[in-house]
Formats: sequence, C-alpha cells, structure tokens
Amino acid sequence: MNIAARENIDKAVKLLIRSTGMIVIIILAGIFFMLLYNAIAFFLKVSPIDFITGTQWNPSGRQASYGIVPLLVSTTLVTLGAMVIAIPLGIGTAAFISEYAGKRLKNILKPAIEMLAAVPSVAIGFLGIVIVGPFLARLIGQPNGLNALNGAILLSVMALPTIITVTEDALRGVPHSYKEASYGIGANKWQTLTKVTIPAAAPGILAAIMLGIGRTIGETMTVLMATGNAQAFPHGFFRSVRTITATIAIETGEVPYQTTHYFALFAIATVLFIMTLVVNLIGEYFVNRFRKYHSA
Amino acid sequence: MKKLTPFIEWGTLLFCTGTVCFYLFVILFDLISKGAPSISWEFISTQPRAGMTMGGILPAITGTVLLTIITAIVSVPFGISCAIYLNEYAVDSWLTRIIRACIRNLSGVPSIIYGLFGLALFVQGLHMGTSLVSAGFTLGLLSLPYIITTTEEALRRIPASTREAALAVGATQFESIRDVVIPAALPGILTGVVLTLSRAAGETAPIMFTGVAFYINSPAGNINQEFMSLPYHLYMLATQHQSIDVVRPLAYGTALVLIMVVFILNLTAFYIRYKHSKNDR
Repeated sequence: MNIAARENIDKAVKLLIRSTGMIVIIILAGIFFMLLYNAIAFFLKVSPIDFITGTQWNPSGRQASYGIVPLLVSTTLVTLGAMVIAIPLGIGTAAFISEYAGKRLKNILKPAIEMLAAVPSVAIGFLGIVIVGPFLARLIGQPNGLNALNGAILLSVMALPTIITVTEDALRGVPHSYKEASYGIGANKWQTLTKVTIPAAAPGILAAIMLGIGRTIGETMTVLMATGNAQAFPHGFFRSVRTITATIAIETGEVPYQTTHYFALFAIATVLFIMTLVVNLIGEYFVNRFRKYHSA
Repeated sequence: MKKLTPFIEWGTLLFCTGTVCFYLFVILFDLISKGAPSISWEFISTQPRAGMTMGGILPAITGTVLLTIITAIVSVPFGISCAIYLNEYAVDSWLTRIIRACIRNLSGVPSIIYGLFGLALFVQGLHMGTSLVSAGFTLGLLSLPYIITTTEEALRRIPASTREAALAVGATQFESIRDVVIPAALPGILTGVVLTLSRAAGETAPIMFTGVAFYINSPAGNINQEFMSLPYHLYMLATQHQSIDVVRPLAYGTALVLIMVVFILNLTAFYIRYKHSKNDR
C-alpha cells in the first residue's frame, strides 16, 4: 500500500475513534434529559412541594399520594446502618492489609476481597432471606427478619470491598518518610497508624466512604429482597422499609406507560440520580485533594 | 497490661479482617453446601417443569450467556475505542476533562436508573419492545464506563518508547496502535473486559423492565423476544413464587450456578493478569 493510502486510512480512523469519544457525553446527557423530561411531566400534574414534603407514598390508592419522604427516610436508614457497620470494619481491614499483613497473607486477602466484590447483589439478597432474616427473626421475635436492619447488614457487605480497596490505596499512598519520622520519635506501630498514617490518608478514606455510600444508595436487589418493602412510613431498624430503588423496581413493571404514576417513578429516580451524583462528586473532591496533598 | 495492649490493638484489626473473610466464607459455604445437592446434569440441561417446582434451568443459562454476548458486542468495541481516543489521540483539554468526568459519573449511576433509561429509550422510544436485545443494549451502556477505565489503564502501562519505536520505523499512528500498542496491552484489556462482563452477567435491576421474563418455553432465545436469566430466576424463585419453600432447593441451585459463572469469569481474569505479570518480569 502506498503512503498516501495509508495516511488516508490513518486520518479516517482518527476521525472515527474521536467520534466514539463523544459517546459517553451523549449517554450521560441522555440519561439526565430522560429523567428530567419525565420528572417535569410529573411536576406538571403534582406540585413539587407535595412531592418533597408528602409523608405518604401511595400511588395506587383511591386518592393517589406521591410523597417522597418515607422513601427518602428508608434509603437513609439502610444506608446509615450499612455505613455504621462497614466503615469501621472496612478501615480496620484496610489497615490490617496495608500495615500488618505479610506479603503472602496479602496475596490471599486481596483476591478474597475481589471475590466478595464479585458476588452478585441478587445472591446477597437471597442470603439475606435465608440466613440473616431467620437469624434476626429469632433475635427479636418477629415472624420474618425482613427489615431495615437486614438490608443494612447486607448493604454493608456490598460496600465493604469498595471501602477496603480505596482506603488501602489511600493508606499505601502515605509517604514512608511520615511513618519513619513517627517511628523515629519513639511511636509504636499502633500510634503511628492512628496518629500519623490514618490522619494523613484522611481525604482518601473519606473518598472511600463516599464511594461506599454511593454504591449503597443505588443498590436495588439486596434491599428489594431483604427489607420487606412495606409501604408504611418507616419506624426504625426493626421494621420493614421500602427504599427509592426498591419502589422503582416494584412499581415500574406494573404501571401503564405515561401515567402520573409512571412519571412519578422517574421523579424519584431523578432524586436518586442527584443523590448519587452529589455523593460521588464529594468523593471525587476528596480524591483530588488527597492527590494534590501528597504530590506537593 | 502494657504488654497486652499491642495484642489488643493487633487483635482489633485482625477481628475486622476476620469478619470480612467470614462473610465470604458464609456466602460460599451456604451456597455450595445447600446448592450442590440440587445440581445435576438434568438441572442444567432441561426446561423447568410443573410450574417451576421441578426440572432445570437451561433457558436461564442460555439467556444469561446470550445476554452477556450482546452486552459485550455493544460495550467492548465502543469502550476500547473511547479509551484509545482518550489515551492515544486526545490531549488534555476541556473536552477530555468533560469526557472523563462523564465516565466517572456514569460508573456511579445506580443500575436501576440504567434500567429506566433502557425502558424509556430502547423498549419504548425505539420500539424494540421488552426483548433480549433491549436488555443487552441496556447492560452494554452500564458496562461501557468500566471497559473504558480498565482499557485506558492497560494502555497507559505501555511505555511511550514503544509507540515512538513504531513511529520511527515509518508506521502511521493507526498502524502503531493496531500492530504495537493494542497487542502489548491486550492482556490488560482482556482482564478488564472479562471482569466487567462477569459483573454484567450478575446484574438484575437493569434487565427487570427491559426484557427478562419469569418463564419462556423455548431454550434458545430469539433476540427480539423476552428471555430468562439466572439472576432474575433466582430473584423470582426466592421471593415471588407461590410455593417458596418447595422451590427453595431450586433457588439454591440457581444461586450456585450463577455464582459459579461469575467466579469462573473472575478466575479467568485473575489468570490472564497473573500470567501477564509473570511475562513482564
């Protein structure tokens, strides 16, 4: 092939590949406008104030009500519970892997955590029904243990791999000189970890927590299977709750196309989208701060 | 007391790590010990019978395989191409910064929202109906950001000198990418693709409204029709079946097959990565 033909091919391919770079922008914009369009269609029929302050979500009742508060409280409740469990466990595990474990143990623990991350959420939800549910039921004397606590426990399992991996990266990113300085003035391993390494890695750890929260808020199958999905307003960890994601999963399959109820589901999806976006942006902010801090 | 403190401190961290390992152990032990008795040649090679209370899960297996293939067809070419653009062609500009921000945000979008997007765009907007191809496209979009990120990481590991050597002997940029950069980065790219597909194979929420069905009566899927899949089958058997206790062994069997599919894909990825890192040395 002569050089002109080869250069033409080169130019054509360059153009083609460059155009595929735009695809991600189109997809994100597409998702955003799809949500926005349907949410606006909803707000033309139901006032945004009723939506934001309404304490009842009952779209199929005789007098349909579209209050997002119970769904938001449910999502917050299970996310909060999951984080209370996952944050200490995750940071502890990451600290163990990066500071205490030997090379051989590391080579076992890291793939184990990748394995845990690979377990599909529907399988974890199933185990919530067959293991965690009966266990909680016996513990608190309920017929089945399908409640917010069950969902929180399962979600902590789902968030752990993210929190552990990102925290471990952050701990490993702390310069050796910091630790050496700490050892040099007579601090032991634990003091160095808690007073020097963890504070120095704090932005990275915060990013890990944010990414974990982002994953937890958006998780669908585990909460759908394990929290009981009662429509009533949530009353604490031992009662059944219904999160935003579970509501979308349950009701989208049943609603007729382009009814108020259909649009309402896109409206709560928009709220979910914004929540995860904000959490991820905060996480990104901390990641960047961590990088800047340690490259300076 | 002073002698004991290091052990308490060390023990705390060990307890955390132990708990995490215990989780993995419980998941594997429960699924394997209770799922293994249900698995037989009949279970993986026949249709469900008698209202799902007997027979096998063949259509769910073929459905998941076909769905994963469509997901790969949609996400792999575009994902790799976009990564090539970002790492080989693009310079750092406002445009690439926007593209990267979009990729990060897309990978944080909850899977159920991809499901709604697939419903609005493919099922209703493009009149593709609830079908294998709608669900495959939806999962393809969901997988795209992961493929881009992992491919770009693999490309970044190829030193600039490799590209310069190709250009110096007269290759055009495209020829250098096609014949030198991609082959060198291939193990890394493959690892990312396999890991992403294993995640897609286990996803349930995005396919719930875009094409999955509880029961179809033919094992080979037509891409314009609804299909069965392993994760959805497990969900239905575990929560929606009218006699849940009767089908519990089948649910365990389905869960074990699903987790085996996912783990085999993961182990394949680990193996590629391991072999590659050995070659590097």
